[in-house]
Amino acid sequence: MKDRLEALKVEAIGQIKEAQDLKDLQAVKVAYLGKKGPITEVLKGMGKLSAEERPVVGAYANQVRDSIQQELDKKQAELENAAIAEKLSKETIDVSLPGRPVKKGNPHPLTAVVTEIEDLFLSMGFTIAEGPEVETDYYNFEALNLPKGHPARDMQDSFFITEDILLRTQTSPVQARTMEKHEGEGPVKIISPGKVYRRDNDDATHSHQFMQIEGLVVDQNVRLSDLKGVLETFAKKMFGEDRKIRLRPSFFPFTEPSVEMDISCFKCSGKGCSICKQTGWIEILGAGMVHPNVLEMAGFDSKKYTGFAFGMGPERIAMLKYGIDDIRHFYANDIRFLKQFKNA
Amino acid sequence: MLISYNWLKEYVNVEISPSELADKITKSGIEVEMVESLNKGISGVVVGYVEECIQHPNADKLRVCKVDVGQGEVSQIVCGAPNVAQGQKVAVAVPGAVLPGNFKIKKAKLRGEESHGMICSLTELGVDTKLVPKEYATGIFVMPSDAEPGSDALEYLNLNDHVLELGLTPNRADCLNVIGVANEVAAILEQEVKLPNTSITTTEEKAEDFISVHIESLEDNPYYGAMIIRDVKIGPSPLWMQNRLMASGIRPINNIVDITNYVLLEYGQPLHAFDYNRLGSKEIVIRRAAEGEHIQTLDDQDRKLKESHLVITNGKDPIAVAGVMGGATSEVQSDTTNVLLEAAYFTSGRVRAASKDLGLRSEASSRYEKGIDRNRVYAAAMRAASLMADIAGGQVAEGIVEAGKREVNSYSVKMDVSRMNNLLGTEITSEQTASIFNRLGFAYKESDGRFEVNVPSRRPDITIEADLIEEVGRIYGYDRIPTTYLLSEARPGGLTKNQAQRRNIRTYLEGAGLYQAVTYALTTPAKSTHFSFSDEKVYPISVAHPMSEERSTLRMSLLPQLLEVLQYNRNRSMEDLAIYEMGSVFINRQEVLTDLPEEYVFVSGAVTGVFNEHLWQGERKTVDFYVLKGILEGLMGELNLSERITYEAGEIENMHPGRTAIVKLDGISVGFVGQLHPALQKELDVKDTYVFELNATSLLDKETDQMVYQTLPRYPSITRDIALVVDQQLPAGDLTTVIQAAGGELLKEVNLFDLYEGEKMEEGKKSLAFSLKYFDPERTLTDEEVVTAHNRVLKSLEERFGAQLRK
Repeated sequence: MKDRLEALKVEAIGQIKEAQDLKDLQAVKVAYLGKKGPITEVLKGMGKLSAEERPVVGAYANQVRDSIQQELDKKQAELENAAIAEKLSKETIDVSLPGRPVKKGNPHPLTAVVTEIEDLFLSMGFTIAEGPEVETDYYNFEALNLPKGHPARDMQDSFFITEDILLRTQTSPVQARTMEKHEGEGPVKIISPGKVYRRDNDDATHSHQFMQIEGLVVDQNVRLSDLKGVLETFAKKMFGEDRKIRLRPSFFPFTEPSVEMDISCFKCSGKGCSICKQTGWIEILGAGMVHPNVLEMAGFDSKKYTGFAFGMGPERIAMLKYGIDDIRHFYANDIRFLKQFKNA
Repeated sequence: MLISYNWLKEYVNVEISPSELADKITKSGIEVEMVESLNKGISGVVVGYVEECIQHPNADKLRVCKVDVGQGEVSQIVCGAPNVAQGQKVAVAVPGAVLPGNFKIKKAKLRGEESHGMICSLTELGVDTKLVPKEYATGIFVMPSDAEPGSDALEYLNLNDHVLELGLTPNRADCLNVIGVANEVAAILEQEVKLPNTSITTTEEKAEDFISVHIESLEDNPYYGAMIIRDVKIGPSPLWMQNRLMASGIRPINNIVDITNYVLLEYGQPLHAFDYNRLGSKEIVIRRAAEGEHIQTLDDQDRKLKESHLVITNGKDPIAVAGVMGGATSEVQSDTTNVLLEAAYFTSGRVRAASKDLGLRSEASSRYEKGIDRNRVYAAAMRAASLMADIAGGQVAEGIVEAGKREVNSYSVKMDVSRMNNLLGTEITSEQTASIFNRLGFAYKESDGRFEVNVPSRRPDITIEADLIEEVGRIYGYDRIPTTYLLSEARPGGLTKNQAQRRNIRTYLEGAGLYQAVTYALTTPAKSTHFSFSDEKVYPISVAHPMSEERSTLRMSLLPQLLEVLQYNRNRSMEDLAIYEMGSVFINRQEVLTDLPEEYVFVSGAVTGVFNEHLWQGERKTVDFYVLKGILEGLMGELNLSERITYEAGEIENMHPGRTAIVKLDGISVGFVGQLHPALQKELDVKDTYVFELNATSLLDKETDQMVYQTLPRYPSITRDIALVVDQQLPAGDLTTVIQAAGGELLKEVNLFDLYEGEKMEEGKKSLAFSLKYFDPERTLTDEEVVTAHNRVLKSLEERFGAQLRK
């Protein structure tokens, strides 16, 4: 019987090895280990054996059974792995094909610049003040030390709607309104971004509508040297840590003294290039100490309070920063233009 | 203002180069916009003497000249200028010379005749054609007879000079003249100013015997002075004067006119020379023009005057518009012998009115408009009379005939050194301050750091302490002011909730695939009223003097401009677009605008063509209503307003009547979403376009609930699906509302998951399938409870809409 079992084992293992797929293997399993299989048959015949032989043959039969089962399991694992491998190989895709696009727009470059500047001043403790784009002559001009007939009004030819109402020519009226709300009590520390309008013909460097960001600080003991400190921080954050700034005397009706701020050219670092027109300096903004008349008109005691104000043009900054050559691009909204500012 | 470097040096000692000077002037407060070299790359141009000039044998328009070019060398030069003649001193570019534009002169043969160089016109030497004196405009320039053959012609023509172009701010009208700039430069370089000679030898005749002056209103014309210069000989002015005029951008005309212009540039005082013999009377009366009165001005134009204009008359008729332009009848001409020289102070308002109305802006009018130094009027008159005697051989009659007050009283301004240092953040001493005032030529008294400064009349811009602080600061040097940080207490900055929400809206819409556009607020009157969803009567707001019809009226909607953007891009073959804008619109409910109009921040979007696309997978989905509605639903979720927003079918001008929803917040319109009217799409030539417009001001105005955490479910929920057959016209939203109401507390979610309107349905019916989720956070629901609630839902649906379960 033992020989018979041994023969069955060899036969079974041989068939297992030849099995091509799981179906073949299942057939082998049923054939040899099934209830009607030869090993079962052998075990059924054990009754004829002596009491001494029975456990020996029984043990041997179990051994054969286990060996076959082991081979079956091994083969099954092999076949399964092969099946998975085949499946995976069939599932292989071309990873070089383009992915599915995710819809995503982006901000207009002017918004990107304004937001960057806003965040910078917010981090310095400023808040954002806003006001109407259609303004009264009083807030747009008179409260800013520009009485009717003042020659500096020529500098900004305006879109008047009525004799007293106009499209604001600057965001400075927001300063006047904010100071008035403070009722003579400092500190005031704001920036005011927004759209402004002037009677200009649109060309590469002029636009009848453009943006401004102005800043205002009013408190006791505010000095021109503090303005220099704030502007230097701004220039370095906006245009690079190694920028230098330069203040030049200038004139604005609502500040005295008035200055213009230049930064050392970020393209050539002051050596002279086409961006800085060979001067090494780029004009960035106008600023100054708030004119006593402006403080007084807004209800502040100019003996007790001083302040500084500054103003800049986001279009100009965006043009410098991104090398844009025509201001009209901002308002044409060519999608090929807008899409370029994904990372602005 | 153009300032000749060489001319400036006559009044103040300058030992630095033009560009170094420009840099110092800029740093001290007057921006030098450009330093221009008058030598535009010229070398090898010398003075020549035309010894002989004969007709070219082979060319009608050419002449062959023998020219002495110095050192005994006589060259043959062929010249085409019509005015070349024997005996002239001319500018000659000898072989090897270079003219502007890197034009190299070589020996040449012209029509068979040798030519060793070129006789030059001023234009060929780089002078702007419109500055060249008329008699030389089409030919060569003839130099004075004392010019030395062979010497550098550029020296004679002052073409080695440099011109500084000053960008003057309105407060610095004092630098609209060479002496004013000399004062500024003297302060910067710590030098003295040397004033020109104004001494005159007068005749025994008295000016007052020739003329009388009467001013009707001293308010318009505080001072008028007239001088009489007899026996002048009209001719060209000397070359040095012509050179300076041309360098300053003024064309030389004749000696008398040139002198008035020269003194205008030198002193900043506008002057006018009348032909005395052509005045038509012996009196000058300055008065307002009569409404509709006429004058023929120097430029031979007939001008109609207004009552707001000031005129100089001969007692009867206007002979000049004060400060703007002289009249043709009394113009100085080649036969003029006697001159009446006017030196006056007209107020800026009068001059501006006439200059603006007549469209005439001159060197004179712009100086009057910006304000001149009244204390310099007399000196300028003396200077001009003295030059007329020297240059034009005139006899100056004794005295000046005057009306009004010649000089104004001076005033003083106080300045405290400690307040100055507090404002600037500096530590400037009293001694330094005093030294700066000395350099500026400001007289002062000082005690204990308190200055009282007597402001010179040339600087009327200085009226308060801050003005003096600026003067000291700028001469001290802004680069020497330290950099400090604000002393005030630190307070947190930050956005208001409204500002933060506006940023959120932008970020959300960009995340949803829309690009931000920024458009103009001014549009056409017609477009300004498009897409209005206001029930009340509104009035368009137009600016009084628009640049064009296109930009004349303020927008009430952002959409017309966004549609222009679509068109603009479509014209460049970009037809699939998704854009939005956030900006102000202007609503006016007043028939006559007396108060400021209402301003709202709107946020609007426009999407056209393909919205979702994945090419190689074959996905290409054009935008539809539900794309935009989905974007808005997401936005409302972002703003925590979802529960309070409804979408109701409605009609808006220019929108598709069947594909537009009014967006309502708490039942009040805050905007709309839908398709453009097909007729408008056709007109704009765009594909199917969907738009939305929302009043962000209204949306952000609302208080919203604070977000509260909801416990995660610990008990299972039960989901039941139902398919309903209803009338095709019935809005799905109505069903949802009824299901929610009937389901009660336990019904937590209702989702529409299928819509079928196909042929398997009975005519006029559709099928809608909903998924209903029942749930109680406190316990596990029993089947019975769910059945009760669900039956309630089915019953309500049947009662309200006759809805049947689909079999």
